Amino acid sequence: MKKIRSRGHLEEIRRKLLERKESEKRCITISSGTCGRVRDSQKVVEAIYDSVKKHGAGDKVCVRVTGCHGFCQVAPIVVIYPDGIFYQRVKAKDAEDIITKTILNNRIVNRLLYVDPTTEEKIVYEKDVPFFRKQMRLLLGNNRFVDPTKLEDYIAVEGYKALCKVLFEMKPEEVIEEIKKSGLRGRGGAGFPTGVKWESCRKAEGDIRYVVCNADEGDPGAYMDRSLLEGNPHSIIEGMIIGAYAIGAHDGYIYVRYEYPLAIENTRIALDQAREYGLLGKNILDSGFDFDIKIAMGGGAFVCGESTALMASIEGKMGEPRAKYIHTVERGLWNKPTNLNNVKTWANVPLIINNGADWYSKIGTEKSKGTGIFSLVGKINNTGLVEIPMGTPLRQIIYDIGGGIPGSKKFKAVQTGGPSGGCIPEKLLDLPVDFEKLTEAGSMMGSGGMIVMDENTCMVDMARYFLDFLADESCGKCFPCREGIKRMLEIVVDITKGRAKEEDLGLLQELAEMVKDFSLCGLGKTAPNPVLSTLRYFRDEYGAHVRDKKCPAGICKDLIEYFILEDKCTGCGACLKLCPQQAIQGEPKKLHIIDPTKCIRCGICRDACPYESIMVK
Amino acid sequence: MARRVMWNLAESVPQYSKIDKIIESYSCEELALIAILQEIENLYGYLPAWALRHVSEKLSVPMTQVYGVASFYDAFHLTPRGKNLIRVCLGTACHVRGGQRVIEELERKLNMEVGETAKDLSFTLERVNCLGCCALGPIVMIDENYYGHMSPAKVGSLIKRFQ
Amino acid sequence: MVTLTINGTRVQAEEGSTVLEVARFYGFDIPTICYHDELTPYGACRLCMVEVDDGRRTRLVASCLYPVKEGIKVRTHTERVINGRKLLLELLLARCPNSKTLQDLASKMGLEKVRFKMENENCILCGLCVRMCAEQMGSGAIGFVGRGQKREVVTPFREASEICRNCGACMFICPVVELQCRGVKSPGELCNSCLVFTPQCLEKYGNVMCTLESCGACVEKEEK
Repeated sequence: MKKIRSRGHLEEIRRKLLERKESEKRCITISSGTCGRVRDSQKVVEAIYDSVKKHGAGDKVCVRVTGCHGFCQVAPIVVIYPDGIFYQRVKAKDAEDIITKTILNNRIVNRLLYVDPTTEEKIVYEKDVPFFRKQMRLLLGNNRFVDPTKLEDYIAVEGYKALCKVLFEMKPEEVIEEIKKSGLRGRGGAGFPTGVKWESCRKAEGDIRYVVCNADEGDPGAYMDRSLLEGNPHSIIEGMIIGAYAIGAHDGYIYVRYEYPLAIENTRIALDQAREYGLLGKNILDSGFDFDIKIAMGGGAFVCGESTALMASIEGKMGEPRAKYIHTVERGLWNKPTNLNNVKTWANVPLIINNGADWYSKIGTEKSKGTGIFSLVGKINNTGLVEIPMGTPLRQIIYDIGGGIPGSKKFKAVQTGGPSGGCIPEKLLDLPVDFEKLTEAGSMMGSGGMIVMDENTCMVDMARYFLDFLADESCGKCFPCREGIKRMLEIVVDITKGRAKEEDLGLLQELAEMVKDFSLCGLGKTAPNPVLSTLRYFRDEYGAHVRDKKCPAGICKDLIEYFILEDKCTGCGACLKLCPQQAIQGEPKKLHIIDPTKCIRCGICRDACPYESIMVK
Repeated sequence: MARRVMWNLAESVPQYSKIDKIIESYSCEELALIAILQEIENLYGYLPAWALRHVSEKLSVPMTQVYGVASFYDAFHLTPRGKNLIRVCLGTACHVRGGQRVIEELERKLNMEVGETAKDLSFTLERVNCLGCCALGPIVMIDENYYGHMSPAKVGSLIKRFQ
Repeated sequence: MVTLTINGTRVQAEEGSTVLEVARFYGFDIPTICYHDELTPYGACRLCMVEVDDGRRTRLVASCLYPVKEGIKVRTHTERVINGRKLLLELLLARCPNSKTLQDLASKMGLEKVRFKMENENCILCGLCVRMCAEQMGSGAIGFVGRGQKREVVTPFREASEICRNCGACMFICPVVELQCRGVKSPGELCNSCLVFTPQCLEKYGNVMCTLESCGACVEKEEK
């Protein structure tokens, strides 16, 4: 492919690519994002290539290595298009069978099929997999058709079509109007109307402006931004070019956390390709518009997900936030007007331009338009990335798509919004996923992480976990956050150790309110949310820890005891052998006993017991 | 994550030319400070003092700023770390699936606390922010290798593998 | 010039000034720790928080940084603000109980007990010394290092600085290191002795000599 000289030239290339696709026999798609690679998806890729070569099947089939498909529970995934035959948990040794049986002989490799846990039937086609059926994968769906290192793949799925429309048919103000009309709201967490933000940045004083993509994704348990950036970087790049045109910026930055090396690599490749083919740089597609993007790497700090801290980090400084009484759209990077948006927000832009604001605004609820991408993790059967229209009830996400709780355990709560959010209990599971509704319930949408917890999760321990995380990640500049979180953590640790008194709960509440009111940035202001929401919905559990010195979920070490059930123990001695403290005694074939003074509740014995005879009280 | 190109046990002899090369590849721009420090960290496994001073001079950035940045971010270390890095994910999903117990068992088996480096610099044990591989939680990384679905019982055999 | 209201009083202010500057000019008492009028405002201590109603919504802002705007209604002493300030001071005292400046501030607010585990630090990380050294003395020998609980003010590599000129400005401006209180007996208890007394100038002059702030003359021992 040569440098794309004009809009017409791009359309020509697209047409040729689509023609070629039509004539292609089949395509083997292998999901190989970071999660897939951890399960050796790259070996699967090699094996498939080898098998294709070995059997001379290169004229019958093409191979495409893509990013994450979203159903991470069963990665690596191999899908054969156009049929849509869906193989899961594929290993390198399965490659031979896939080529010889399915490609050359049109037979299904049954052992690789997904089995529906409720009906126990084998599912052959991707569209029938329950995990995908209820989703609306407007953004993530393209990950299946795009090799992130190949620009042509993106062009073949309408890539850069929106950019052409914008550069050659629309004025910058018209682009802003369209985004405003669509109702798109920031997907980073705050949900600020994107069109309004763009407009303020355009109107701000000054000649130099910047657009920034926030790919810091610090929320533990959230990785959808990574999957989008790894799997389809051009969708974000295109969104940024359109945004830059609308705002009047000529320089952009994608700020990626350093913990995402594959995303950084694929973005670099994509940017190089875009530049090479005239989609970035001077005089894009002969439109007269100049714009280029640099990658800025994070150094490892959760607080750098906050916009002003992020910008300080890009400038080469410590990631300390500053007050936002003067917004970053007026004074941001190097004091110039800067428009910062999240990865998912940018990815939505070409979608809106291609399909129109009217179409987009029909998806979702009255105040929350479009789709949301959530990472569904924790105590859930189908761990993965879920894209659904805003307004979908949480129950549907957790049970219909997520497949419910493993081991038939009871659902307890789902944490949304990461460390800045709160937990939603079972009685609120019919809540629709929507910016306002989640905030009303004491949580927030956040970046989209959803961590599911069951009856064996201690909510007080979760509050402790989040406070511990935030205490470490606080930049330390302002007093309420630094000192307040430290002391809240002290109190909650005391609660988990049975050392707290009733009035400590009151002090905890006081601290939470002050930290929320007085902190400088979003990290501090939302830090009390996990504590406040667990206090709101699980007060009894706190009460049990404080008054009765008990942990009902059986987690807080100082408040539980392990003991062996007499009628289940067979005296096999499996536990005795493994106990690191030699706390178990017993003779073969006789009841074993745990010495509570030596037991440290590490849980190794419980994992080892084949008869589930070790209980917690 | 850090790709360790050259792990150097002894007190590093100043190799100014190596640092110069890195800085020049970023056009000596202040905004590239984090990326520059990242490359130095990859080279030596930590940020030697002489390297930081040289960066401050060549980039014309105050030493307090360079030192501040080096101390602020998780990617950077001011003292040498172990040859092998054992990193335990502290993401929420891994925690909910029992990650805390895995860390504790590692501490017991290795006889050290999280964040410490062995005296002979053979390895470092640390907690790390969410790796984003929640489907495989709890996860432990040893250098570039991921080990998913960890439990306290599996820790023993895992350590034997690399020792 | 813009017109705004502070605690119900209409005042005029130059555009570009902050609510704190204007409030103090008119004699409204807003406590601060990390603020100094000769240094750039930092906004870290959050003691100067006030409630501002800008017509669209009411929120808490740091007055040392919030620029005055036409028509805003500022309230410096609402319940939310006072309670927050008290709790903040309590937290600070738990960290540096021996600071007289902090103790005086606490006493003024009526704080009598600290409910947290006491420590004995020498620094509250207000950053005055860092800004003093960089902005007024033109040296920049010290800086912030580390994050969160590990944050501190040191010289690079904790070595003796070559650019430090031993001017002592950092110690001069520090609200904690100077004026160490020696009176505190039991941990967590504040004696309030320094502020709960009759100003001597009342006896001598029949009038309190300062209207805005205690002049401290009372604290000096009488020359014998």
